[in-house]
Amino acid sequence: MFDLILSKYNYWIYIVMMMIGFYAMIGKRNLVKKIIGINIFQTAIIVFFISTAVKKGGTLPIIEHAHGHGSHAVEVASYINPLPHVLMLTAIVVMVSTLGVALAIAIQIYRRYNTLEEDEILEQRKWSHNLPR
Amino acid sequence: METMVSIRPLLAVLVTLIGAMLILFTGERNRNLREFWTILASVLKFSLVLSMIPFVLRGKMLEFTIIQLAPGVALQFRVDQFGLFFGILASALWIATSVYSIGYVRGLNEHAQTRYFFNFALCLSATMGIAFAGNLLTLFIFYEILTVSTYPLVAHKETEDAIMGGRKYLAYTLTAGVVILFGIIFVYTLTGTLDFKPGGFLLGHGSSATIIFLFAILILGFGVKAAIMPLHEWLPTAMIAPTPVSALLHAVAVVKAGVFGCLRIILYVFGPELLHQLDLWLILAYFAAFTVIVSGLYALAQDNLKRRLAFSTINNLSIIVMGAALLSPSAITGSIFHMGSHGFMKITLFFVAGAIYVKTHKENISQLDGIGRQMPLTMGAFAIGAMGIAGTPPICGFISKWYLAMGALEAKEVVFLFVLLISALLDVAYFFPIIYNSFFKAPKEDVNPHFDEASMKMVVPLVITATISLILGLVPNAFFRFFNIASMAAEKILGGM
Amino acid sequence: MVPQSPALVVVVPLIFAFLSLLFGWWRKAFSYPITIIALSLSFLASIHCLYTVLTSGTIHYYLGKWEPPWGIEYVVDHLNGFILVIVSFVSLMVAISSKRLVERELPEKVVYFYTIFLLQVTGFLGIVITGDMFNLYVFLEIASLAGYALIAVGEEGAPFASFNYLIFGTIGACFYLLGVGYLYIKTGSLNMADLSEILPALYQSKVLLVAFAFFLVGVSLKMALFPLHVWLPDAYTYAPSAVSALLAPLMTKVGAYVMIRILFTVFEPRFSIELIPATTILGWMAAGAILFGALLALAQSDVKRMLAYILVGEVGYIALGVGLANRNGLTGAVLHIMNDAVMMLALFLIIGAIMYRSGNREIPSLRHMHRRMPFTMATLVIAGLSVIGIPPTCGFFSKWYLVLGAIDANKWVFVAVLLISSLLNVILFFRVIENAYLEPREEEAHEGVEVAVPIEEAPLSLLLPILVAGAGILSLGILSGEIISSVIRFAVPAGF
Repeated sequence: MFDLILSKYNYWIYIVMMMIGFYAMIGKRNLVKKIIGINIFQTAIIVFFISTAVKKGGTLPIIEHAHGHGSHAVEVASYINPLPHVLMLTAIVVMVSTLGVALAIAIQIYRRYNTLEEDEILEQRKWSHNLPR
Repeated sequence: METMVSIRPLLAVLVTLIGAMLILFTGERNRNLREFWTILASVLKFSLVLSMIPFVLRGKMLEFTIIQLAPGVALQFRVDQFGLFFGILASALWIATSVYSIGYVRGLNEHAQTRYFFNFALCLSATMGIAFAGNLLTLFIFYEILTVSTYPLVAHKETEDAIMGGRKYLAYTLTAGVVILFGIIFVYTLTGTLDFKPGGFLLGHGSSATIIFLFAILILGFGVKAAIMPLHEWLPTAMIAPTPVSALLHAVAVVKAGVFGCLRIILYVFGPELLHQLDLWLILAYFAAFTVIVSGLYALAQDNLKRRLAFSTINNLSIIVMGAALLSPSAITGSIFHMGSHGFMKITLFFVAGAIYVKTHKENISQLDGIGRQMPLTMGAFAIGAMGIAGTPPICGFISKWYLAMGALEAKEVVFLFVLLISALLDVAYFFPIIYNSFFKAPKEDVNPHFDEASMKMVVPLVITATISLILGLVPNAFFRFFNIASMAAEKILGGM
Repeated sequence: MVPQSPALVVVVPLIFAFLSLLFGWWRKAFSYPITIIALSLSFLASIHCLYTVLTSGTIHYYLGKWEPPWGIEYVVDHLNGFILVIVSFVSLMVAISSKRLVERELPEKVVYFYTIFLLQVTGFLGIVITGDMFNLYVFLEIASLAGYALIAVGEEGAPFASFNYLIFGTIGACFYLLGVGYLYIKTGSLNMADLSEILPALYQSKVLLVAFAFFLVGVSLKMALFPLHVWLPDAYTYAPSAVSALLAPLMTKVGAYVMIRILFTVFEPRFSIELIPATTILGWMAAGAILFGALLALAQSDVKRMLAYILVGEVGYIALGVGLANRNGLTGAVLHIMNDAVMMLALFLIIGAIMYRSGNREIPSLRHMHRRMPFTMATLVIAGLSVIGIPPTCGFFSKWYLVLGAIDANKWVFVAVLLISSLLNVILFFRVIENAYLEPREEEAHEGVEVAVPIEEAPLSLLLPILVAGAGILSLGILSGEIISSVIRFAVPAGF
């Protein structure tokens, strides 16, 4: 049982991070904390992907002197898997864009309601809905 | 049974559709032009229908497929004797109603006239579609279009009552539509086809329990429009509509469409053999007989003229269903013919009610004493129509009732003969006083003792329909072999066994 | 040029998005024509794709000539060719109608609006056309982020609604990404066709089970399937009119498409139906969506909010078709994707027109509307009849197949749900129609003179797409048989 945790420690880390992020997204009332939760959530996934690319004894997936020297057979087992890294580059871009959009929306909300606490915003909205037209 | 491909059924449906569009675009700008479209469309439609009679009398069916809708089911018209009968009835009466409507609407200076005529035209397109439908799905499509286009007519007056009446109408008919749809889809899963066949096509498919269940829901579904009790409640409430609407739709188009649907189900989907096998015919006949008696009693209790007529309609519709349920040659013939004869007679009665209202603003029977002096033509027509419904010769109602009575004897169920007799007695009981009071009682204070009819546009149509009822009673095959078409249909159904 | 049409479908709106930004900085009036040109080109390309599929079979387009499974592949078969045409057509219609709406609601942000609009459409088209799982994630996020931005510039309450949507949407997309990751770990491939070949050997694996679960939940979130629909009503109600007209018909349908792909193409049908009772669960969630959507819609007095709940119900219909997992059910589902896109296009554009002219969306405020906007209200009646399911509108035909499918599967509860929902929709729409057309009077007033209300129809650029959508609802209904026999019959995944 102990080595189950030890050998798969990368998965445990990602799960714990993901749960923390998830909790922050849903459970916290402050918008900025939610946004941070999104970040942690997405970072966890990135960590997960990257951790699956690792190979024992593998090195960085850059082929030395390959340019112009004609292709020679590459020993795949000695390089770690580059594909998840590439995918995660894209995912990081997505993460950053999401962060940007979320922060922009948060600024809009702050300008309008003067607060970033969800319950206060809901309170203000409930009140404004009951205003006579 | 030969089939001929012909575009006539499609044209008959399209004529009023195009007419409706023209009416909409002409609008209030030129009332006479707008009314011209209505009349033109009705005359064209009637001629188209008439042109199909020679073929059908020779035993051919006119078919036209528009498009395949699902495997085995197409949007298809197929004109057989029964469909043609209904088509003739609807298109002929529409001409009369169009003229009458114009008189009524202008006489009362009604609001929203364009909407009225537009929807009227749409309803007739839908009714033609129902009459000429070759399978259950096509019939259902036009059936629902009929529901939707009659709603604005029922709620036309836009008063509190009218809107509630409209809502009730929709509630009943759209729920019925959903039930019918379920039935249709079920039939489709059982047999893979929905085409009508004289003598039915469900024999041999599905267990007895399934067939009984299907029959029940399909009859109940169509029965709403056919005002079978206890699903009839919408009809008296819908009398809030303007009288031409009540006249055409609730004496001819909508309720007859419901009965038409019921008869299609009984005779062309399930068929005599299947129904005999499961004894369903007897159950349905008893059900209908119940409505016949009870509605007659209700009619006695009404003082509002239109409501009394409404219950009389319910009475006659169930007579038609009862006749069809008896499944004997004379009964089916009488039932189909009664669709026609009742149409002519009842529309006369409704036209009279409307004429009285436009001229004198009276709605109740108790107000009608002595009005025969003021409006002898109108009340004379009423007398003809009313006595015809009771089954008095030589008006056409007698012919249909005679055949129905024969049919009851042929089916060896004398009970229904008695039902017919009792209903005739009730008819006399609730119609005769009206006739008597209007002619022989002293006129009330606000009745003009001199000749002062409603506008000719209203009186002429009702006199014409009353006369037709008389002529049909004397010579049932007048007007293009009207009676023969009905009897041919009956033969085909029973011969197809 | 022409063999490149699969790529053009996606690339043209993408490039034109940047062109719109550039030219828009120079002169604001340019961004609208640029958008129309981009979407028209894209529409033509998608028609060409569908035509090619119908005549010569599935298109396999390798981006950059890299062969799969190493390169990214665009695959156009009957299912997504069909949906491509629908998406590009609907976006074109919304773009045409957006001119007046954007001028009225977002005057200073016109250029940015059109830029993000084009990016949104790029996202949708990319999701539909791609044959690579990760590529789908990328386009999914492009579409979602554009969506968050577009919604946030709406009326009062929009930023907050958009923020909520952002939270939910991100969870959904991340779950999808996790699913892709798990699949990659097990199979080493990201290509859909490749996966469908490799996966069957691995069906007993728990990793696959988890991946599948992540996929389902993630896509359900994006698709707004009950009970994960919570973000939708607020987001679509407060969004600007042109935005809800774009998102409502498309976002949820594209999500449904993704679900069909995952359930039946990537994973074999027998996996999704027998090994894991996913379709059964989906069916029950769908039934909940249908009833819940209709019931909650009844409680709304704001017409746009009512439509948003109706949309939740419509998603339920499609999911029900998928959940029935037989030929008739899936035919109904795919047909409903098309029908619902057209219906929602019509309905949300109509609401946009009403807002444009009268600024008020409450049901009681619709009085006299049939005189002010006769054509718009006529289309509303037609669209309403279609949602209810009255022939010959298109909505009837998808219901026909769905009920057939439910009877085939012996699921009588679903039959009842489908039929009852029609009746609930009747109440919903006739409330609106009654208010718009009938004007209650106290006593019988027979005056032939009507209240003089001038005709103030929607402007032409707005009215034309509405009328096209209305005509579409009627004609697509009659043509259903043709559409099914030529396209949908082949679009239903193999094995049914």
